[in-house]
Amino acid sequence: MHQLTLAEIARGLADKSFSSEELTRALLARIQQLDPQLNSFISVTEELALGQARAADARRAAGETGALLGAPIAHKDLFCTQGVRTSCGSRMLDNFEAPYDATVVARLAEAGMVTLGKTNMDEFAMGSANESSHYGPVKNPWNLEHVPGGSSGGSAAAVAARLLPAATGTDTGGSIRQPAALTNLTGLKPTYGRVSRWGMIAYASSLDQGGPMARTAEDCALLLQAMAGFDAKDSTSIDEPVADYSADLNASLQGLRIGLPKEYFGAGLDPRIAELVQASVKELEKLGAVVKEISLPNMQHAIPAYYVIAPAEASSNLSRFDGVRFGHRCDNPKDLTDLYKRSRGEGFGTEVQRRIMVGTYALSAGYYDAYYLQAQKIRRLIKNDFMAAFNDVDLILGPTTPNPAWKLGAKNSDPVAAYLEDVYTITANLAGLPGLSMPAGFVEGLPVGVQLLAPYFQEGRLLNVAHRYQQVTDWHTRAPNGF
Amino acid sequence: MQWEVVIGLEIHTQLATQSKIFSGSATTFGSEPNTQASLIDLGMPGVLPVLNQEAVRMACMFGLAVDAEIGKHNVFARKNYFYPDLPKGYQISQMELPIVGKGHLDIALEDGTIKRVGITRAHLEEDAGKSLHEDFSGSTGIDLNRAGTPLLEIVSEPDMRSAKEAVAYVKAIHALVRYLGICDGNMAEGSLRCDCNVSIRPRGQTEFGTRCEIKNVNSFRFIERAINTEIQRQIDLIEDGGRVIQETRLYDPNKDETRSMRSKEEANDYRYFPDPDLLPVVIEDAFLDATRASLPELPPQKVERFQSQYGLSAYDANVLASSREQADYFEQVVSIGGDAKLAANWVMVELGSLLNKLGVEIDQAPVTAGQLGGMLLRITDNTISGKIAKVVFEAMAGGEGDADTIIESRGLKQVTDTGAIEKVLDEVLAANADQVEQYRAADEAKRGKMFGFFVGQAMKASKGKANPQQVNQLLKAKLEG
Repeated sequence: MHQLTLAEIARGLADKSFSSEELTRALLARIQQLDPQLNSFISVTEELALGQARAADARRAAGETGALLGAPIAHKDLFCTQGVRTSCGSRMLDNFEAPYDATVVARLAEAGMVTLGKTNMDEFAMGSANESSHYGPVKNPWNLEHVPGGSSGGSAAAVAARLLPAATGTDTGGSIRQPAALTNLTGLKPTYGRVSRWGMIAYASSLDQGGPMARTAEDCALLLQAMAGFDAKDSTSIDEPVADYSADLNASLQGLRIGLPKEYFGAGLDPRIAELVQASVKELEKLGAVVKEISLPNMQHAIPAYYVIAPAEASSNLSRFDGVRFGHRCDNPKDLTDLYKRSRGEGFGTEVQRRIMVGTYALSAGYYDAYYLQAQKIRRLIKNDFMAAFNDVDLILGPTTPNPAWKLGAKNSDPVAAYLEDVYTITANLAGLPGLSMPAGFVEGLPVGVQLLAPYFQEGRLLNVAHRYQQVTDWHTRAPNGF
Repeated sequence: MQWEVVIGLEIHTQLATQSKIFSGSATTFGSEPNTQASLIDLGMPGVLPVLNQEAVRMACMFGLAVDAEIGKHNVFARKNYFYPDLPKGYQISQMELPIVGKGHLDIALEDGTIKRVGITRAHLEEDAGKSLHEDFSGSTGIDLNRAGTPLLEIVSEPDMRSAKEAVAYVKAIHALVRYLGICDGNMAEGSLRCDCNVSIRPRGQTEFGTRCEIKNVNSFRFIERAINTEIQRQIDLIEDGGRVIQETRLYDPNKDETRSMRSKEEANDYRYFPDPDLLPVVIEDAFLDATRASLPELPPQKVERFQSQYGLSAYDANVLASSREQADYFEQVVSIGGDAKLAANWVMVELGSLLNKLGVEIDQAPVTAGQLGGMLLRITDNTISGKIAKVVFEAMAGGEGDADTIIESRGLKQVTDTGAIEKVLDEVLAANADQVEQYRAADEAKRGKMFGFFVGQAMKASKGKANPQQVNQLLKAKLEG
């Protein structure tokens, strides 16, 4: 049963091949058996899951239908789940039980999904390797000595290892697409504002966006359908009608104009990945797509701009973790300053502290204009590059990452080397565009992802192209040994 | 050395919205601690702010009332600092692009002149919670009921030149926000709080001296005293060869002194940046037009109308229009009593000192506008003199009923019968024969003074009830006849 995709589970539940409770029990057992190798879950919510599964079975027995009714899901541990620890991968929130559900969690629960647990992640979503978690690193099921990518590394590893068919992730600089690429998944970062951020613990508010991670584009379409939509509780949520993502999955690609940005194929890209990306382009051409080279001239500035804006916002977003109302509080504070210093010093890990300090510096009097405002200007230039490109092409395609998954610890001593792994994904966050990563082959047994970027609100187009591609390729069906 | 005082004020007004500026919690004052604090007010992980449109409307009302530019594209920014009663570690405020830009307000000074005070800007922000230091030995309690209450911070130009001017300005703002119905103005509950920026400079110097900011003064009386105390401190400091350092100070009303809270060097770097959780606020013309149409008659228009409609002086009109309640009271008195100037005097002088003595506001006046109007009617129809009216007024204040009842029951009706008055005058003149002799021998200049003596005696003899005009007329005839 664990090999089933969401779409297959939907059919199985509909024709009563199995119940949600049977499926849930099977997957919980599998998690218990296999997750110790991976460390992809922070919390497994067995009781909650069985309760939800029985409720879903009852709803179905009462005549309710719905593709996700009774299907399993896990949430990245920064989506608040009422009554369940929501740790953000941090010691700071190790004791934090959220008093409410995130909109994403509530919507998927309403659709009847069964929450198996909360997945591991880089602390406060800061990282590309899932090594900064307070709960320890996550292993890549394709090679347990390698990282799964981050920050949604737990979700990626769990889905790739067939512990469950799908999970939620969030993407601030590539945190859905990069781990999807490194674990052979399909991951979608929607347009900024498409999925509500209410209840999603913020890293960088203007960049964060929740989205689905699954093994197929078809499954991502099912999940996004339930996750997307306007939410009055999130002022940055956009009141645009939600397309029917599943309806257009099979639309023809005839005449689809795909742009290959030359900047995505320059120095730094593993040539074996470049080859696989070109091979995927050939497949799409066979399906009728027309390919042309384009340019995104300001891409080189994306990483510096990101590493000003994201830490700046994070430095402020993380101020609420002060040991006063919730989260970690140091023992015996001698005064208020001591309470702040030790609670935060003990509660936050190294990478989080680094980004808080960088962000605080970037916003300081005298530096704000030089860093923050400059970064915002770059952001506009990058957005303009995309707008210009989308005048000529319908879609942009390139590698998701410059390298396959690296070994655990390999980039620990050099944070900038790790930051560079986000070079192809960050621009979509800066511009607010939707992006998708899909499996496109292997290098030394490690998965490689191809990234597709589309204009605002064209998630349907991304899913359509990925789905058509997955109809003619089988990369996405391959499972890691032992899972 | 002649010193010139320069004062600029920042007034925080709590807007009278039903719910908070970024959450749905109620804003009622005085509830049990933390019973009006939602997930958003607590700054829980993952929560997001949603702007209350009513706060925007109220801010626009204020902007329109002070003739200010409205920031049609205004932006919320985060002001970052740590404090236990600031749940998110930042306050959502406005920095570069506030909702209200440059405007002005005219205030009436005691010498009868009108002064225009510039308003630099006014911006929306959320209030913080409260730290409770009592009742928690060794630790501090936090009440977040107030956290997220909408504030409009009104920043003036450094246009005030004395503590009295500063108070007049605060009173004018206080009156205005109450006129607009956007703030209850309750200073004791902290609905309107004032930070005073004070500096001094040698008279004639154009550049400003170094200023100190006195934080959070919350009554008209304390504003005046705090500023005067601070002015004196700065003068003493400079005249003793010292210099003023820029700092934030607190006023201690018990000791009548200001104390240093933190210096500029210790000041926080607030690291303002646009709040990414909130979109820029775009104010549509239609919204602004509707808001403008909803404005009540405001003090400046009222002052003008009081002058043209009732023939009042600019000063009187300003004083009467200084609060909506007082203006309404005055107009009600006029509508009954008829004589506007007389009404203005009675409201401002007699009623004013009565309220002062009782320490109550006009809406709790023991004499209603109807009663006062009824009494003025008896002055104008000569039933009582102005002097007797004071007795009647006092009796009304004492709860003896309407003017007519009191005049009747106390027999205060004015004597206008010429024969009766002449009788009194004859008795007075007979009893003061020597003075009559002297009067008749005196020159014109001296006679004026002496005439008053006879009037006084006559009024006394009639127990104040004789019609004064008739007394004058008849007495003159008798003395000179």
